[in-house]
Amino acid sequence: MAELILISTLNGVLYGLLLFLMASGLTLIFSMMGVLNFAHASFYMLGAFLGFQISRWAGFWVALIVAPVLVGLVGALVERFGLRNVHRHGHVAELLFTFGLAFVIEELVQIVWGKSPVDFRTPTLLDFPAFTVFATNYPAYKLFMLVISVAIFVGLFLMLTRTRIGLIVQAALTHPHMVAHLGHNVPLVFMSVFGVGAALAGIAGVIAGPALVTQSSMAALLGPILFVVVVVGGLGSLQGALFASLLIGLLQTFAISINLSLSDLFVGSGFTPEPNTLLGDLWRVSVAQIAPILPYVLLILILVFKPTGLFGNRET
Amino acid sequence: MSDAIATPGARTAAQTGIGRLAPWGVWIAAGVLLAALPLVFRSGTALTMLSLMGIAIIFALSYNMLLGQTGLLSFGHAVYYGLGAYFTVHAINWAIAAKLPIPLPIMPLVGGLAGLGFAILFGWVSTKRSGTAFAMISLGLAELVGSSSLILRSFFGGEEGVTTNRTKLLRLFDWNFGPQIQVYYLIAAWCLLSIALMYALTRTPFGRMCNAVRDNSERAQFVGYNPQVVRYIAFCLSGLFAGIAGGLTSINFELANAALFSAAQSGNVLLATFIGGAGHFVGPILGAVLVTYLQNMLSDVTEVWQLYFGLMFIATVMYAPGGLAGLIMMHGPIWRAGALGRLLAGYALLLGPMAMVTVGAVLVIEMMTHLGVRAAEGTTMKMGGISFDAKSWLPWALALILLVGGGGLARLAWGYLAGAWDRAEAVAREKGLTV
Repeated sequence: MAELILISTLNGVLYGLLLFLMASGLTLIFSMMGVLNFAHASFYMLGAFLGFQISRWAGFWVALIVAPVLVGLVGALVERFGLRNVHRHGHVAELLFTFGLAFVIEELVQIVWGKSPVDFRTPTLLDFPAFTVFATNYPAYKLFMLVISVAIFVGLFLMLTRTRIGLIVQAALTHPHMVAHLGHNVPLVFMSVFGVGAALAGIAGVIAGPALVTQSSMAALLGPILFVVVVVGGLGSLQGALFASLLIGLLQTFAISINLSLSDLFVGSGFTPEPNTLLGDLWRVSVAQIAPILPYVLLILILVFKPTGLFGNRET
Repeated sequence: MSDAIATPGARTAAQTGIGRLAPWGVWIAAGVLLAALPLVFRSGTALTMLSLMGIAIIFALSYNMLLGQTGLLSFGHAVYYGLGAYFTVHAINWAIAAKLPIPLPIMPLVGGLAGLGFAILFGWVSTKRSGTAFAMISLGLAELVGSSSLILRSFFGGEEGVTTNRTKLLRLFDWNFGPQIQVYYLIAAWCLLSIALMYALTRTPFGRMCNAVRDNSERAQFVGYNPQVVRYIAFCLSGLFAGIAGGLTSINFELANAALFSAAQSGNVLLATFIGGAGHFVGPILGAVLVTYLQNMLSDVTEVWQLYFGLMFIATVMYAPGGLAGLIMMHGPIWRAGALGRLLAGYALLLGPMAMVTVGAVLVIEMMTHLGVRAAEGTTMKMGGISFDAKSWLPWALALILLVGGGGLARLAWGYLAGAWDRAEAVAREKGLTV
């Protein structure tokens, strides 16, 4: 039991931090520009595939630097030549634009790298078990992911709170017009934030690629979960995004390891549910099986009971 | 003065004979068209596609009740479509097993009621909010239902889905709905009925309130209507028609499976509605017909047809947010002013460069596909009857010239067209036609 809890906690925190790498960019972009970037998970996927390709040519460590920069550039270009033009048609048009973009990026990735998973391996330097708990080897690469995620979180936090740029970004979050009146180039700030957000998703893609599966459906699998994180944490709140990322990471990791079902609750009470009716599955389904839908249940509960999200102060 | 005299004259004519049918002319024409189409397009594939178009029209129009009329962007409309399909299949199977005297033609109603029921349930949660929050809740609900459909295997049948046999129900007029043509007429009848009902709805005070909530929900609230309630009712009715469309799908394929809930299904209806034009009632009809046609035709020609689709969608969002219908309707006043001829030269000029850009883009995409997905087949490929080496520099250079040259020429032609447009608009305005 202790082993299960320890390993699940480690994995849950790791998954949560990975989510946060993406959610932080998403929520920054949203609170600044009012655009919910549907294609954010696509940048993550782009990061993973570019990371794979570059690590083949020049090694993993080069890929770790170059791929996110490329993804960031793509993000900046998308903002400059796509979103900015669509902006005058309103937020729905922006959301639709990013929706179409996600669609196109997935197709392009399929054209270049195919539909089946690519063989993105962990770098040999980190291909050893870091430590052993209760006979389970914990891979060093996962530890590396943990360190990178925490480092980026700390870096982002320091940049936002301690630097001049961070000050402008924070001001533009709440009072974009005032910031513009003070003479700052708000469109440039927007473009940079979009680019940096995309780059963060790109980093998440590069480091998650070898650990998870790098395939063309990875964006579609993760995208909806990201929205859940951002809404549950509260739109525009970075602390909320961190908290919700960890919450969902832990929730999903723990749920997968619990193999109980509703019918187990009634064992010994003398009540036996009828398993063969049309909805008999409800009794047999285990917690592990419903793990994928738990974030969405959480999303709906949050929106019903606390529409601002856990840490947010504005209605979604 | 002559106008003032002519109008009452026209009205008297309308009250006699054929004139009385005039307001219904569009509907009669639509009915005749739907009935006559299978006589023109006789092949089996054409009939299948016509059936799919009919279903897509109902689905897209039901989606537009949300997007176009009430201003709600949903990413999970397939939920009601899929549930409608499943409930219809189960109802048919149950009626067969219990030997109930229920004919097939009313079965889509079961799907509609299922869609309505679940829209009442889910709409209560989601229509509390509008805008981005609504979009996200709809996405969450779609994921929830989609994943649940794979978990609850006894109702949803897992990966394979639930099958049925549409011919085993009570027969009316000796129609057993075995042949596709009979199913087509069933779909056509439901399609016409649904179009008429949804159109009538836009003409009611409720339909107008939906538009008011879309345009300015605060002012709608000031007038004394609760926007939340208006959104909720619109959502429920939209679920009803989506369920009918789903029911017809399950009858058409004699199958309901988890793919009906997929994000692709929700995305497709959004694409169809938006490309057709969400701002006009006919928009989704155009979009549904075009998208269904392209899906069936393009998928035969190229394996990356979805990419073309996505690009078409992005182009619509960026350059023609009114969709096809919006583009056509823009020309209305100019046409009535008789100034359409002034635009023809501009359009003719634009045609060439646009074709160049399109050919260039298609060339690039197809060569990429050939080198990527079909790398095993070697680098030689064939397009338009000409075979060439996708790795040589010549086709790439040609594509680049077409893209850049066509783009530049299109810019020039666009400038000319914009000038012609302004002049044509001025003519229309002079004649008192609002643009």
